[in-house]
Amino acid sequence: MSAVVVDKVTKTFNRGRTDEVTALSEVDLTVADGELVSLIGPSGCGKSTLLRLIADLIQPSTGTVTVAGQSAGQARKEQAYGIAFQQAGLFEWRTVLRNVELPLELRGLSKRERKARAEEMLTLVGLEDFAGHYPAQLSGGMQQRVAIARALAVQPPLLLMDEPFGALDEMTRERLQSELLGICTQTGTSTVFVTHSISEAVFLSNRVVVMSARPGRITASITVDLPSRDDAGRQSPAFFEKITEVRQALRGTPAAAPPPRASEGAAAGTDAR
Amino acid sequence: MKRALYVLLGLAVAAALWEGYKAVGNPDGTVLFGVRILPRADDLSMPHLWTVLERLGRPELTGGRPVWIVVASACLFTLGITAAGFVIGALIGLLLAVAMERFRIVERGLLPYVILSQTVPLVALAPLVAGWGGTIMPPWAVVSVIAAYLAFFPVAVGMLRGLQSPSASGVELMRSYAAGWWRTLVKLRFPSALPYLFPALRLAGAAAVVGAVVGEISTGTRGGIGRLIIEYSREATSDPAKVYTAMLGAAVLGLVVAGLVSLLELPLMRHRRHVEVVTL
Ligand SMILES: Nc1ncnc2c1ncn2[C@@H]1O[C@H](COP(=O)(O)OP(=O)(O)O)[C@@H](O)[C@H]1O
Ligand SMILES: [Mg+2]
Repeated sequence: MSAVVVDKVTKTFNRGRTDEVTALSEVDLTVADGELVSLIGPSGCGKSTLLRLIADLIQPSTGTVTVAGQSAGQARKEQAYGIAFQQAGLFEWRTVLRNVELPLELRGLSKRERKARAEEMLTLVGLEDFAGHYPAQLSGGMQQRVAIARALAVQPPLLLMDEPFGALDEMTRERLQSELLGICTQTGTSTVFVTHSISEAVFLSNRVVVMSARPGRITASITVDLPSRDDAGRQSPAFFEKITEVRQALRGTPAAAPPPRASEGAAAGTDAR
Repeated sequence: MKRALYVLLGLAVAAALWEGYKAVGNPDGTVLFGVRILPRADDLSMPHLWTVLERLGRPELTGGRPVWIVVASACLFTLGITAAGFVIGALIGLLLAVAMERFRIVERGLLPYVILSQTVPLVALAPLVAGWGGTIMPPWAVVSVIAAYLAFFPVAVGMLRGLQSPSASGVELMRSYAAGWWRTLVKLRFPSALPYLFPALRLAGAAAVVGAVVGEISTGTRGGIGRLIIEYSREATSDPAKVYTAMLGAAVLGLVVAGLVSLLELPLMRHRRHVEVVTL
């Protein structure tokens, strides 16, 4: 069973008004269990919209979204995913620990279970010493890590992340990338990861899905298979090859050497040009 | 602690201004083109502060209770009315804000009237409700109703703004947790609204005091400080310090109410010590 199936989804905002926008047009996307898929594309191409459709925060105009074999709405009601936005979005009146506890509270876990789980998650992101702090006392990178711990707290089978490292400095960013990879491989979590950084997409993903704007469509789906995902991996020729391939796909010029391989669940409209 | 110091400092400045003006001001007031732009500074219009304080210690009428006891008990009476009005007003304000946040249509339909309600002059309103006293409620409760009428407004408006203050991403986060309206209210909207609520409550406290004092006067309710000001001002020519004892009492009442309201914040705003928070 696939973690996510997006089937011929079109999303039009403000339909019938003068400010009508077709954010997504006929998008197909499949994310296999345990797969980490990056969405990359110019801003305004509908990455966030696609993520929010999967999260059932908005409804598709046409087409269907299936998460873990059920409708997206049902999956949301069962808290089948964890989500992290570009802004950490922590609740400033709660301590770090209580922020991570929030989704557990809403799930009705006992106080003791919540605390234990939240502490475990904070350890995972290296913030166990800051449990009693308030968000405003933390740096942006630390806040983002709290948000990630919060998204992971319910141990969701699916993780949705919208440019979570966008606002971070390069060093923090690379460390968090490694932490995220560690967590995902450890727990077998499927992930949809929105980014506008090519190297981030290539480093993290099993597959990079390239999108183009107006209307938002998927134009390429590039499978990545790095020898290793560590500092050596960042230096490997395969890494740079994939970066070139993604860059060319983004520009809309067909890749020179290896043409984009259409993997299972590849995008419709791969060769739309 | 620091706040109490500021309050004391403010009192000292007010006292210095009073005595300073008395020292330099024209005893007959300053008149420009037939308009008195500065008040008289003679002992009849502006008695010395120590005269006022000394008047507090002497009996109200020969052989009666000392003035300070009379003023203090009148203040306590009005404090009770204010407290009742404040609580009723704040609750109504909260409920209105929640209803307006919940239903867009209620906000559209109600908010203009909420704002309109405050443009009705209190003196016009008081006679309308005065008749309730002694029939469906005791006379003091009518004054509480007037106080509540003034107090609900800042709470309704401030709280509505506060409830609408969470970012779209906060609301979406709660939705992603499958939290319904009620749990979003409790976990997100209400805590986000607290920084808006407290300044609103302070305004409501002040409004309730004004409502109680003016309400007492315009409904003719006996026993409170508002009534006392009127009674003592009749003796203004023979005993000018006396009316100022009552006014002093009203000012202290205002300060006490403001202090009590800010005490409410302490347990609820722990994170505020660490964080700068928006105010209304
Ligand atoms: N709530 C909305 N109402 C109207 N238009 C929207 C809304 N959300 C997104 N859009 C439009 O949809 C398009 C895609 O937006 P988005 O998914 O945020 O892009 P990305 O995340 O790739 O930068 C943009 O043109 C944007 O203006
Ligand atoms: Mg976006």
